[in-house]
Amino acid sequence: MSEETNAAAGKKTRQPALEGWFTLNEDQPHLIGNQCASCGTYYFPRAKNFCKNPACDGDQFDDVELSRTGKVWSFTNAEYKPPAPYVAAEPFVPFTIAAVELAKEKMIVLGQVVAGVNPSDLKAGMEMELVLDTLFEDEAAEHITWKWKPIASNDYE
Amino acid sequence: MSNDIAILGVGMHPWGKWGRNFTEYGVKAARDALADSGVAWKDIGFVSGAATMRCGYPGYVAGATFAQALGWQGAEVNTSYAACASGSQALAAARSKILSGACDVALVVGADTTPKGFLAPQKGDRPDDPDWVRFRLGITNPTYFALYARRRMEMYGDSQDDFALVKVKNAEHGFENPNARYRKKFSADDVAASNMVADPLRLMDICATSDGGAALVVSSLEYARKIGRVDAVKVAAISTVTPIYASAVIEMPDIATDSAAVVDAHSFRAALPVKAYEEAGISPQDVSVAEVYDLSTALELDWMEDLQLCERGQAAQLVRDGATRVGGRLPINPSGGLACFGEAVPAQAIAQVCELTWQLRGQAGARQVAGAQVGITANQGLFGHGSSVILKR
Repeated sequence: MSEETNAAAGKKTRQPALEGWFTLNEDQPHLIGNQCASCGTYYFPRAKNFCKNPACDGDQFDDVELSRTGKVWSFTNAEYKPPAPYVAAEPFVPFTIAAVELAKEKMIVLGQVVAGVNPSDLKAGMEMELVLDTLFEDEAAEHITWKWKPIASNDYE
Repeated sequence: MSNDIAILGVGMHPWGKWGRNFTEYGVKAARDALADSGVAWKDIGFVSGAATMRCGYPGYVAGATFAQALGWQGAEVNTSYAACASGSQALAAARSKILSGACDVALVVGADTTPKGFLAPQKGDRPDDPDWVRFRLGITNPTYFALYARRRMEMYGDSQDDFALVKVKNAEHGFENPNARYRKKFSADDVAASNMVADPLRLMDICATSDGGAALVVSSLEYARKIGRVDAVKVAAISTVTPIYASAVIEMPDIATDSAAVVDAHSFRAALPVKAYEEAGISPQDVSVAEVYDLSTALELDWMEDLQLCERGQAAQLVRDGATRVGGRLPINPSGGLACFGEAVPAQAIAQVCELTWQLRGQAGARQVAGAQVGITANQGLFGHGSSVILKR
């Protein structure tokens, strides 16, 4: 786990809320999936043992960074505090959620949307990019996850 | 050769939040179904239970639990678990036993006692479990319902007002149903005034969880003839197919769909009734009434299209026209649906069959669909479970 970046600003350690699910490059983060070496099917989260394509008996996978941009398939928000293991700030602040379609992988991936973007700001087909942001904080660390963020050119305001 | 079986008796324990042992609801429903059928308990050759995962070991072996509570009489037992389709799989197990000739008459029972509040995942840190991961990220069951609802708004121009009409309609139906938990009529304004849960869905768009029990007595056609019940409503088809890879729609509890980069994407919900229609030799145009799994108001509209009762994107117009009310051209959820029941998982698919049986017998009272000849159910649960059952007169 990398802890190198934060001492300078006196900030808490930033660590992934889910280990090995995304790269930690703050500028250009990617989700980490994998791809069947036999048939080319993509997986996120990563496949472990056997390819799920019923026409494929592959069992070898190569890690791949998934496309970091995609188009909104649908979206919603959470106006009630989700139950544990979600760790909520007090008071709870509602957050927006998007399902984003990745063109190359032909896959729809869920994620929270960065703070400040409401459902009324989103539309199906809108271009989104992947960023890293805080999922929750505790005394030890800021636990980070991927989130979707409208690409500036959408002019969603 | 006919694959039909007869429904000789149906029974339910009213849905609610009673907080009692699930066995009590199941046995009450079973006794009602037996009384309705005229078949003596000692004559039942097979007890097919739908399991509950929330009530300890007796829930895991529900078939035996109900058989013991009714008084051991030597019947064979079986327990099925298939999430929301558990009741249909229990019915399918009974049908197989009957059609194979291994038994003449069977009892199918499902019942549940539910905890208060949100359904939450099991405790402990389990990052390999997709159900744990999605809750960690703040993605609850209503998230998925809301994504489907919003997709309809974006694709077809459906509105929150349309979804509210579904609730108003189901509340009118449930008002007339003594087994429903919520028996109160609501206006569109009531729905609009309820709290937003997951935009665009409000509290009144989303179903609750309930206690309840439902049971069926089913038999071979020959047995039905022998006891003078040639006119019994028949099960014409049961589909419990699994999905075909790759998933087209993001399914609970997943964080992503399958990749359709190499193979085509398939809709699971749309596939479920296809096998049922084929098996029954019945087409969607023949359907008089449907009981569908309205986990949310908007999902009822998806189901109407998945059951091919209308073209994609047309369901909301049917609701606006009043076609889906009792008295309309295509009544949906005359029981009041999950909107008025709340979900009692192992009992729910059986309850759908109970309602259609009453409808096809003409015994549904104030919520009767006039002249109902063919009914279809649909439901979907976690992990590739779902079902669609067709009943005919």
